[in-house]
Order: sequence, then C-alpha cells, then structure tokens
Amino acid sequence: MNALLTGRQNQVLVNGEETKNLNCEKPSLAGSVSQRACVFCGSRVVLYPIADAVHLVHGPVGCAAYTWDIRGALSSGPELHRLSFSTDLQEKDVVFGGEKKLELVLEELIPHYKPEAVFVYSTCIVGLIGDDVGAVCKKFSNKYGIPVLPVHSEGFKGSKKDGYKAAGDALMKLIGTGDISDIGPLSINILGEFNLAGETWILREYYRKMGLEVVAVLTGDGRVADIRRAHGAKLNLVQCSGSMTSLAKQMEEKFHQPFIRVSYFGIEDMAQALYDVARQFPDHPEVMAKAQLLVKEELNHLLPALENIRQELKGKKAAIYVGGAFKSFSLVKALRHLGVQTVLVGSQTGNREDYRQLQELCDPGTVIVDDSNPAELAHYLLKMKADMFIGGVKERPLAYKLGLGFVDHNHERKIPLAGFQGMLEFAREVQKTVLSPVWKVTRPRIKGDTP
Amino acid sequence: MTATRNACKLCTPLGAAWAFKGVAGAVSLLHGSQGCSTYIRRYMISHFREPMDIASSNFTEETAVFGGKSNLHTALDNLESQYHPSLIAVATTCLAETIGEDMPRILREYQEGRTSRGLSPLPLIWVSTAAYRGTHADGFQASLRAMVSQLCTATEPRDRINLFPGMVSPEDLRYLKSLCRGFGLDPVILPDYSRTLDGGPWKDWTAIPPGGTGLHIIRQAGGSTASLEFTGIYTGSQTPAGWLEENLQVPRKVMPMPLGLELSDRLTAELENLSGLEAPDWIEDERDRLADAYADAHKYLQGRKAMVYGEEDLALSLSLFLREIGITPVLVATGGQKGRLESAMEANWPGYTTQGVKVVSEVDFMDMEETALGLTPNIILGHSKGYKLAKTLKVPLLRLGFPVHDRFGGARIPHIGYRGTLNLLDRIVNTLLEEEQSMNPVGYTYFG
Repeated sequence: MNALLTGRQNQVLVNGEETKNLNCEKPSLAGSVSQRACVFCGSRVVLYPIADAVHLVHGPVGCAAYTWDIRGALSSGPELHRLSFSTDLQEKDVVFGGEKKLELVLEELIPHYKPEAVFVYSTCIVGLIGDDVGAVCKKFSNKYGIPVLPVHSEGFKGSKKDGYKAAGDALMKLIGTGDISDIGPLSINILGEFNLAGETWILREYYRKMGLEVVAVLTGDGRVADIRRAHGAKLNLVQCSGSMTSLAKQMEEKFHQPFIRVSYFGIEDMAQALYDVARQFPDHPEVMAKAQLLVKEELNHLLPALENIRQELKGKKAAIYVGGAFKSFSLVKALRHLGVQTVLVGSQTGNREDYRQLQELCDPGTVIVDDSNPAELAHYLLKMKADMFIGGVKERPLAYKLGLGFVDHNHERKIPLAGFQGMLEFAREVQKTVLSPVWKVTRPRIKGDTP
Repeated sequence: MTATRNACKLCTPLGAAWAFKGVAGAVSLLHGSQGCSTYIRRYMISHFREPMDIASSNFTEETAVFGGKSNLHTALDNLESQYHPSLIAVATTCLAETIGEDMPRILREYQEGRTSRGLSPLPLIWVSTAAYRGTHADGFQASLRAMVSQLCTATEPRDRINLFPGMVSPEDLRYLKSLCRGFGLDPVILPDYSRTLDGGPWKDWTAIPPGGTGLHIIRQAGGSTASLEFTGIYTGSQTPAGWLEENLQVPRKVMPMPLGLELSDRLTAELENLSGLEAPDWIEDERDRLADAYADAHKYLQGRKAMVYGEEDLALSLSLFLREIGITPVLVATGGQKGRLESAMEANWPGYTTQGVKVVSEVDFMDMEETALGLTPNIILGHSKGYKLAKTLKVPLLRLGFPVHDRFGGARIPHIGYRGTLNLLDRIVNTLLEEEQSMNPVGYTYFG
C-alpha cells in the first residue's frame, strides 16, 4: 500500500530513529483527505461557548448547519450559543452583495434575542463578493449599543490556526471595555478552556479552593461582561495553546498581563498546573499551601481508584491524533500513568517546537505525524499494533473498522476529561473501550474456516 | 424572519458526496476550502457511523485569486495515487462557483496533461453544487443527473431496468433489491450505497469500502428498457431518469417515494408491469401483514395529529402515509424551495389545504416552532435536528430519515415499501401508546 503521499514524507517520523524536523505548519496537500478543517472552523470553536452572544454565520447555509450545537460546551445560564444563525445567502445575494441581507438579519435578531454581543463570521464567499462586514457591524453597534463584532474567518484564508487568531482579534475588541475596579490581586483568567461537559466548573472549583478569583474564562461558560473585564486579572493561564497563545500575547502586550501555559489533562499536568499558578503569587504563600492540600486530597481519592484500572490496562498500546499538539503531551503522560504505551501520536496543527517536545517525551519507536489522513493513520495503527485510538469523531470509524477501541477527546465529547476527576473518567473511558469483549468477535470471518 | 435560525436543510455538496457513495470504487473531491469536506465528513459519520473519505482541493488565498486549476490537478493526482479509484467525482462549492471556475475546461486540460504524460485518462465526472443554490436534496439529484449525463451514451439495448430511489436509507436499498429479485429483476440502482454506507469490519486498511454500482453497469443504463424513479418533487429535466428519457429514449416511470400501502401497491404494480411477472407470495404476505396491522392499529391513530419535516420527497410520502392511517399531518415543513412541496401535495392529495393540512417551505426550525404553536400535534416525524423543537413543544419525536445523530442505527431504519411502512406504523403506534401510558395515572398494562 502506498501509505505516504509524495510531499508528505517530511510530515512523518519514527522517534529515535530519525532526526529530521517535522515539516509542519503548512497547508494540507490538495487531494489528501486531511482531518483538518478551515479558518471558519477555528474561529467558530473558540468563540462558540460564549453563551450570551448571537453567533451569526454570514454565508450560505452549510457552515452554520454543520456547526449547530456541535460542541459539548455547557452554560450555567443563557444558551444563545446553542442556536444556529445564518444569513443563508442565495444566488442573488452573491451577485448583488450580501450586506443588505446581513443588515436585515441583524435588525431582526438583535431586538428579538437581546444578546450581550453579536459575532458575525465571514465565510468563504463573503471574502470574495466584497461585503463590508466591518461597516455593517459598526452601524449596528452604534444603533443598539452592544458590540457587534466581525470575525474575519473566510475559510480559505489560511488554516484553522488563522481562525483562532481571527477569534482572538474579535475578543481583543471586547477585552478592556469593562470596569475592573473591584478585581483583587489574586486574580486569573482561564484561556483555552471551553467547558466541555462542565470542565470549566471543575477548574473554577480548584482555583476557588486556592483562594483565586477567576475574572473571565475564554471562553468556557463564557459571558460578554466577564470578557470585557478580562484585562483586570493579574495572570493569564493558557490551555489549548494552539488556540489561545496569540491572544495571550496580545493581552500581555496591551495590558501587561503575564501568561503561563498549563494543561489540565492527567495527574501530573493537572497538579503541575496548580503549582505553577501558585508560584506566580509568591507574596501569598497560602495559595501554594492550599494547592498542595487540594492535590493531596484529590490524589488520596483518585490513586486507589486508578490502580485497579491500571492493572487491567498494563501493556496496552495507544494511538493519539488530536487537533492541537499540546493536548497530546498530556495524553501521552496520562496513558503512561495507566500503563499504556503511546505508539503513534500526531496533531492537525502542531508547530516545530511542539513536535520537538513530543519527540523528547515519547518512547523510541513511536511514530509522530503532522496533518495526517485516514490512509496514513490506518497504516500506522496496524503496523504499530495499537489497541486503541484517541481522536475525534472523524477518526472513530477508522478505529472500529480495524477492530480497535476508541476514546473521543475532541470538542464534542460529553464526558469531562479535565482535572483529577477527569483523569478517572479518562481511565474509565480507556478501560471501557480496550477491554470490551466485542473486539474478540468482530474480526472479519475467514470464508470456509471451520471450527 | 429573514434570518435562518436552526436550518432545516444542508448544503448541496453534502448531497453530492452522499450520491457518489453509491458508485463502486468512487471517491468524491470537493473543489473548495478544506472545511467543506471536513464538516460534511463529520456530519455524515455521525449518522452512518462509517468512514467517509471526501477529499478537498484545499483552496488557499492564492487559489481564490488565480483560480483553482493547479490545486485541482494536484488533488486529482494525489487522490489517484492514494485511493486508486475507479471514478473521481468532483463537486464544486460556493467558493469555486463564485470565482467562476470553468470546470469542463479544467478537467479537459487535466486529461490532456495525462495524455502528454503518457497516462490514460482518469474516469472523472463533475457537478455544479454551489451551496447558495438549493439544498442537499437538490445537490443529490443534480449529482445523479450529472453522473448519467456524463457517463451514459447510446448503447445496445438490454433487458434491464434502471432504478433511482432517491435519498433512502441503506436498509431501504437492500429491501428494494430483494423486492426486485422477487420479480426476477436486477436493476441498475443509482446510487447504491447499501454496502458502502453500512458495511462490515476490515481485514486491512480499505481505501474505498466495497459495494456500489459498477461504473460499467452505469454506462449501460442508456440501454435499459425503462427507468423507475421515486420522486414527487423533481421534474424530468432535473433528474437522471429524465435525462435518460430525453437523450437516450429510456422511458421514465415516476412515482412518489413508496411509503404507505397505496404507494407500495403502486410500486408492486410497476414492478409487475416492468417484469411481466406477478408478485411472489412473500411480497403478497408482506402486503397482507401491513394491511392487517392498519386494521389492528386504526383506533390508536384515528383523529391524531402529526407534524412532519425534512426533504420534500420524504415529507410528501410521509404525509400521504399519515392520511392513509387516519392521522392528519397538521404541519408539513421543509427547508426546500418554495412551491415545490405545495404543488406536489396538491397533485397527490387534491384539496389538502381544506383538510387541516398546512404545508410550509423554505422554513427553519424556529419558523416551525412558531407555526406549530396552537396546532397541538401528538407526534413529530423527522430527523434528529428537530429534537429541540420537539422538546419545546413537548411532543414525542419519531426519528427517521437523515440525519439521525442522537439515536443508534440511522443507516438501518426501514422507511419504504410494505416492510418499511410496517416498521414506521409499529413505531408510531408505540410512540403514541408510550405517551398515553406514561400520562395515564392508572398505568394500564393492556392496550389491546
């Protein structure tokens, strides 16, 4: 089988055997069935959890239809984010311009839903027909006194990462516009956390126990008013680095807020995250003391529960293919904790530094891939004899067809995998799929094979 | 409202990618941004739970300015080398259409380039599917029409029929095939995704799942004795059977999607007519079981009200089925183009508007929610995207059609013919009984 397309040889390496740098951060090869999405997708996933805003997709219907209620991002209050709004552009709009329809739609939606803000996402053709989305947004901002923000997310203008940046640019227009006079010195923002299955709430509780004030979460269980005040926090914590690092850098530049990278997946990284945060408040040693107590309590509870699962999983092999590379670091470590070896790991959007770290972290022989496709993934899943695959919905049928277990670690998941509690859920997910008896019987029958 | 809120339709390229799954060894390639392929793959996987490889020519900013020719050519080369397809089906997207890609020329130049490279031409077809022109159902039809018009030529006559079933489930396709076998018929079915979208496990990496109608079979469709097409919505000029009739003189027989007893009888009659054989006993038995179930069920159904939404052809046939069993479809809704469903309803159910039936088109789920207030339906029939609506209206939703994202086994839902109708009848009765039992303080343990 021709597993590697010409032009992709430098996007795959075997750890320890090859010293080359992965040729990442480049557009997908035309004709390969990339697991990536587009600029619009990047913007949409980042802003999606802001629950009291109208998210209006300016373009033909598909882009809005495919992202309707797609993330498992929960809200503790309003749920405007779970509705799908589109200008549903028709041929005549493409010919004569879509601004008029955009205006009509905003004129309806704003008074009807009374959102705290509106995000207007540009899709591919809006970039081509030359609608002045910025001008329309400004007009409606002025008329209704709420932020109406253009998101420059034309699908073809780069990769998903550029979409993250476009989302960050829109957020930067909100940040800095709220009153921060009552924000204390022990305050943080949580960036790159999207409250999938309530994960934000788990983390908020940890930080509350450490005596820290969470000013804004970008964007899990997000509220416009909180985001407006985000510049008042003393520290930014950046998870899901791919999506939020550029925003954190902008905030650092404009509001002098330092940031640190954290990960909430797995025991080591979760504990490390809390300690790293505490270390940023050296004048308040009680924060570290509380963090240590919290970790101790959580581990007392978690470790015995994990031990049984670990015994059952020992020696199993896993493959990982996720959107951002940073998450894969945590997954490799979390799996290791469960006695599971990672034999294949890759991401859609990792950069050179990410892959260097991944090489350092993984065992020799682990296959590392950038922007892979089903043919390649299947090839290595079989070659490396993986027992399970961690990825998103697009990777799931591949695993099942090949007789492998699967764990969904994408933004559509319904089970919280962050935090200490999330580690236990993760272990249970791995256990449930790897140890299922179905894999013993689902292999294709060999014709004429008599028992 | 002008705004579309919770759309009850999808974009045309999805219909194209779906239709092309019915050709053996075919892979589809969307000429546009990466996101189009990825979103459509993701959306269809959640329903079919099958691998759904759709390639992309992956437009960049330069492509949008200078045209997508070189990207498309590279994409075709790469797709060929990795998938070894027997056919590559290219569907355009909004982006390619808006920049005015000259597809016939780009593809012709590709084939010419192959010749000069000493390669044989690659079997290629293409379809124009701008998302701002129609729905996924329109894209599905357009793709089938593109397929026959680009593949079929005058060919020697064969004692065979063509069958164009429309957007039905893989289970429906398998049932149709067994019905046809019952009449000794082995039709050219297009598309036939009964295996490609509901297949088995793999021994090894399988680039293109087995199944589908072979390219050489499709090429012979112009020599068939007749085409049978299920639609009450699309006219001959829009459909594959229509094209074959106009250009290759294959007579087109057309009927709405066979759902309900009358339409299933009509299908039986068509198949008898086309084969010259009488229906075998097992089909008569199925028919009798359905008729018997109608009698057994009628007291649970008479005077009830239903709401139906989805693709126009499905909405039409479901409405006619509901009428047969004494349920009034108080609201029949579609995201499709205005006027088509209304006139198809009038053609098949003259005077329906005077019988408490309201048909609305070009609507979304929020419009439906607002229209449904006061209509008090007892049951809603449609795909998973009506869940929020059903929850708001506090009416049970019976999931069918596409997509079924929040239940299991979407690919295996039977809808058509005696068997499919019986399955829907059972489910409708049970949904209503369940509702009645849970509402009733007595908690009856017998309902019959």
